[in-house]
Amino acid sequence: MQKDTYGLSKAALLRKLFFSMLYISTFTFGGGFVIITFMKRKFVDELHWIDEDEILDLTALAQSSPGAIAVNAAILVGWRVAGFAGMLVAIVGTILPPMTILYIISFFYAAFASNLYVAMVLKGMQAGVAAVILDVVFSLGGKVVKEKSVLNFVIMALAFCAVFFFNVNVIYIILAAALTGLVRALVLQRGKKL
Amino acid sequence: MIYVSLFLSFLQVGMFSIGGGYAAIPLIQSQVVVLHQWLSLSEFTDLVTIAEMTPGPIAVNSATFVGTRIAGLPGAMVATLGCILPSCLIVSLLAYIYYKYKELGALQSVLSSLRPAVVALIASAGLSILGLVAFSGATPAFSAVNWVGIGLFAGAFFILRKFKWNPILVMSLCGVLGLVLFLLFPGFAPTVGG
Repeated sequence: MQKDTYGLSKAALLRKLFFSMLYISTFTFGGGFVIITFMKRKFVDELHWIDEDEILDLTALAQSSPGAIAVNAAILVGWRVAGFAGMLVAIVGTILPPMTILYIISFFYAAFASNLYVAMVLKGMQAGVAAVILDVVFSLGGKVVKEKSVLNFVIMALAFCAVFFFNVNVIYIILAAALTGLVRALVLQRGKKL
Repeated sequence: MIYVSLFLSFLQVGMFSIGGGYAAIPLIQSQVVVLHQWLSLSEFTDLVTIAEMTPGPIAVNSATFVGTRIAGLPGAMVATLGCILPSCLIVSLLAYIYYKYKELGALQSVLSSLRPAVVALIASAGLSILGLVAFSGATPAFSAVNWVGIGLFAGAFFILRKFKWNPILVMSLCGVLGLVLFLLFPGFAPTVGG
């Protein structure tokens, strides 16, 4: 039996997980990477449920699996924190806010899409989202630089150029990085044997 | 039966959209506009606009929107369920493998190569959003610099790095400030179509 995880009973843990995801999902505008930066701030920095390396691993998994990144990430975090029940709770918390909002908007979507004040608020929030993402990037990127691994630094620089300047499909970038890691493991293993 | 075809359509969207967000749009379009004619092309364009303006993954937003318009609330639920079911199955399997084998040397090496790549992907997503905020037109030119957007971003970024404020609070403040500033400086305000 899993209990007293992170000093909480299972029920309290699930409740906390549900409301965290509900809160994050309500305020996460934009693509999947946005929700991941918010999840990092919540689950890594604030609650300390997951460590920094792990959230990056989970991001890579969420990104390379079919479906929405936000839902995939919720599944992984839920699973990690509280098993199968955690997964269900995290999924419901993640999809409930967009479902509710879109359900309501579907009745008067034309007026919403062409409202100037809505557009102004959203543009302002977009500036905030960019700041949140780049803040997280500085923390995570600083960590990669501090590792002083030339290979990891090169992977980061190449991956950035490929996706930002050349619009290379993200899946190929993930595959190439994974392959690089595999080759490194093989080379290191051979080095040990010699 | 309409529920079955909604479910199956969005099951395909969930299963074949790898990489989330924009990767899902052409798939949704082919199911919803071309195959089933549930929405006209212009309604679909509105849907994409709304999906970008509201929280949540585009696939979940579309499933709710289309489901509601075709078959009410049950339709929204069936379509959303179809869209997240493939993720649930595949991602939980991946989570299981990850936590079972993550101590393995080769997998360790693969993961440590993936992490810098993931940081780069997040950086690229953040910079793309910053580009939308910093320039009014489609092309980055000095005449099109959006000083309100840049000011909001710079302020938010500074507060996040220096004072570690809650990101959701920072983002909401940006929304409110955006409304005020765009009303004061209408030259930088976003334009709305439709």
